[in-house]
Amino acid sequence: MKRFKAFVKKEFLHIFRDSRTMLILVAMPMVQILIFGFVISSEIKNASIAILDKSKDELTQEATQKLLSSGYFRLDKYLKSEQELETAFKRDRVKMTIVFEPGFAKHFYSDKTANVQLITDASDANTARILSNYASMILRDFQQSHNATIPNGNSLINTEVRMFYNENLDGVYMSVPGIMAMILMLVSAMMTSISITKEKEFGSMEVLLISPLKPFQIIIGKVTPYIFMALINTLSILAMGYWVFHVPIKGSLFLLLFEATLFTILALSLGIFISTVAKNQMVAMFMSMFALMLPTILLSGFIFPIENMPFPLRMISNIIPPRWFIIVVKKIMLKGAGIAYVWKETLILMGFIVLFVGLSIKKFKVRVE
Amino acid sequence: MHNQSHEINSTEPIIKVDKLVKRFGNFEANKSLCFHVDKGEIFGFLGANGAGKTTAMRILSGLSKPTSGEVWVAGFNVNTHPESIKKNIGYMSQKFSLFEDLTIWENMRFFSAVYSMSKKQFKERGQELLQELGIWEERNRMVHDLSLGWKQKLAFTVAIMHKPAIVFLDEPTSGVDPITRRQFWEMIYEASAEGITVFVTTHYMDEAEYCNRVSIMVDGRIDALDTPENLKKQFNALNMNEVFIKLARPAVNSSQ
Amino acid sequence: MRIILYLLQKEFLQIFRNKTMLPMIFALPVVQLIILVNAATVDMKNIRVTVVDHDHSVQSQRLIQDLDASLFFEVGDLQVSKEKGLDLMRRNKTDVLVYIPNDFSKKLHTSDAAPLQIINDAIDVQRAQLSYGYLSEIIQKLSVEWHTNPSLLLEQQQIKIHSNYWFNPELNYKYYMLPGILVILVTIIGLFLSAINLVREKEIGTAEQINVTPVKKYQFIIGKLMPFMIIGLVELAIGLLIGRVLYGVPFNGNPLVLFSFATLYLLVILGLGLVLSSRSETQQQVMFLTFFFMIIFILMSGVFTPTENMPEWALKIDTINPLYYFVKVIRSVVLKGAGFSDLWPEFRSMGIYAMVSVSLAILSYRKTT
Repeated sequence: MKRFKAFVKKEFLHIFRDSRTMLILVAMPMVQILIFGFVISSEIKNASIAILDKSKDELTQEATQKLLSSGYFRLDKYLKSEQELETAFKRDRVKMTIVFEPGFAKHFYSDKTANVQLITDASDANTARILSNYASMILRDFQQSHNATIPNGNSLINTEVRMFYNENLDGVYMSVPGIMAMILMLVSAMMTSISITKEKEFGSMEVLLISPLKPFQIIIGKVTPYIFMALINTLSILAMGYWVFHVPIKGSLFLLLFEATLFTILALSLGIFISTVAKNQMVAMFMSMFALMLPTILLSGFIFPIENMPFPLRMISNIIPPRWFIIVVKKIMLKGAGIAYVWKETLILMGFIVLFVGLSIKKFKVRVE
Repeated sequence: MHNQSHEINSTEPIIKVDKLVKRFGNFEANKSLCFHVDKGEIFGFLGANGAGKTTAMRILSGLSKPTSGEVWVAGFNVNTHPESIKKNIGYMSQKFSLFEDLTIWENMRFFSAVYSMSKKQFKERGQELLQELGIWEERNRMVHDLSLGWKQKLAFTVAIMHKPAIVFLDEPTSGVDPITRRQFWEMIYEASAEGITVFVTTHYMDEAEYCNRVSIMVDGRIDALDTPENLKKQFNALNMNEVFIKLARPAVNSSQ
Repeated sequence: MRIILYLLQKEFLQIFRNKTMLPMIFALPVVQLIILVNAATVDMKNIRVTVVDHDHSVQSQRLIQDLDASLFFEVGDLQVSKEKGLDLMRRNKTDVLVYIPNDFSKKLHTSDAAPLQIINDAIDVQRAQLSYGYLSEIIQKLSVEWHTNPSLLLEQQQIKIHSNYWFNPELNYKYYMLPGILVILVTIIGLFLSAINLVREKEIGTAEQINVTPVKKYQFIIGKLMPFMIIGLVELAIGLLIGRVLYGVPFNGNPLVLFSFATLYLLVILGLGLVLSSRSETQQQVMFLTFFFMIIFILMSGVFTPTENMPEWALKIDTINPLYYFVKVIRSVVLKGAGFSDLWPEFRSMGIYAMVSVSLAILSYRKTT
């Protein structure tokens, strides 16, 4: 035990002496949460648009006013002719052009139908659709207000809407679990896989292996400091979320930290597994970074909801551990759920740990023989 | 290559070191070194671990800048013209540093280009050197497949391939067997016969006997510098080993 | 010049001989591109609705039918209580809860507004907003149908809205995401290879052997940049080809425009990688530094979330984010067919950036310490 303690101490020293790496590890989650909280928003406002008004009558001007006062759009310029459309999209980068047909008001009042064209830059299909919907909505309202005789259907049904768990529709809620998953996963897996591979590469692993320390003690000694690191990261993310962005912790903090530790152990065991496969540090880095980063961002439900994905990808997402952790964090932290609600996911996380540890032991034995 | 460098007066020393000081923070690794090396000499640079040998050698080869003092190598000042020095020297570091994932021949071809040898020069010289070494047939083997002894011999070959004025060898024989060490010193003599000045550090005191002159560094200073014969006389010792122990012991005791 | 050629030859030999790294450099990005493009979908389908119907009337049945018929909703088990429904939401088993109280149809017939409650799981803000939008559209339609005299509708003056989606009429989101993900992959490869490279040579000791030779700093740096540049460009071409063949992503622009921009971009990325590399002592250190910058670059680049909605100060920071430019340019060239003249501002910025980055790489590389 004394030997083991000395060994853990050595590992702590290794890590905490490299002040640059330490700084990055501590700063990274904070910077990320700040980016998600202050910078990124999927909300659309002030999209730059152009208007080609071939009618220039009172009605089109009123409609234009209505569109621009909505807050969704910002007028970039008035176009003079259709020739300017191409340039408007390519050079001035407007997102949408609204084209009113000639004689708009006349058509509206006498022919009962006036035409308006919404041309959107659909290279970003999502934004295009949303902008087009917003504009249509505003124009339909506008049409309604000029049709005094038609009653408004809204008064018939009184819809009460509740936004559960996130009354103010704050985007940062969604990103807290995601950032936690990403940081814990990548940092832990990367740090262990690199540091173990490094010892392998430079031969210091052999020195440890012939020492009286047992292999599992070596491994546990190596990963203990990272569990502390990960806990610090978890707490700093939660604290930033709570004090800066007012993201609540509705469930038990203790349970949350327990799950975070479990997930960290999972990531560490994955890192250990990678280090048994990788020949040198460079390979370990590529595996733990390149092979893990994008799947963690894209297949975990962090940015894109899993329900929308095609079937094969929904299947693949099942073997992405962060997916389960994100669900757990959401349930405990944002919905206030207890262990009764997350036992299944917890078991899955434990299953992954057993799997990775088992694979590592198998691989390790093969190598020693 | 030395035929490109400007004429060096044959009576002028090829390495001149005057009051060389190198400090790392508060630690003084080289304390005002003064010595010179003559053209064509095999100069042994001895000292205990941490005495400051490698530091001084890195400065002489332009890898590191002196804190103060003047150093001329092959007629150039290290402070002002380190890159010109690099054209005229060969260097073999303590750590094996050829490319393990290239073949013998590829390594040589690469370094020949780096030292601006022509293709023709390289082919002739390369073949000559490898045949002398007796590994011409194996030139397409990957370097990581070679034993440590062969690696060291190859590294030396690469270091003198471009016929530098001086070759710096940092503990070239550490970790190799006695027979290989013997062969290695034969190679050093051959290079010396070609007119290459050899500047070598070593831990083996029997090797020190092979040098024309030997300096012994203790605690960042040069405490003795002469031919092995004179040193043995001066310290009243049977061999260089005794000389070394007599000089180095006080330092080891004082540092404890 | 001759020296540079030999440096290149050496680097290429080393890269192509590395049997572990080579497949990682080429196969991993291809596989990731093929799979992950499918993950990035924003088409909200399969929003899970639980309806708690206490009314059991023709109208409530009709509402359920309309929800079920909609492409966006998937109506689950109908035999649940409101409490059970809320529990399902907490368990992540449902996204929306529609509660129809028992007096719904009765109040529809009288003049009172009929009460209806919609409860959204609002942790994913975008989904909550969209599902509310779709729901209210359905309710609005029903409400008009149940209320007005249909003959009045014929009298209505209306604005006919024609939506035109340029550059991507089918609103295929993959067209937008594939180039973006490709940029990330090319960036990771380039940044990591260059960042690890110098430190690795330092750790192995071969860097010192080079430093003691008369090789000039610029020759050495060019020798390092070129192979990675070629790998990056080849990877870009492969990725676009995959996009074309597998996902039908069009290439509307001039390849010359894209590849000349990519060349500048890679100079920036590789230059930065080499700067980080010559400033670090160990592979682990450089790894975390690169990881830190990369995550920030990626999150702020606009690949996953639109940049238009970012605050002004964040856009200012983005002017030093090379990914921000490249993501914009690749999408404009590939989807909109934008040319040199349209993208002049980006070309200018990237050109300046490339010069700065490469000069920094040359300056920060030290042959003498």
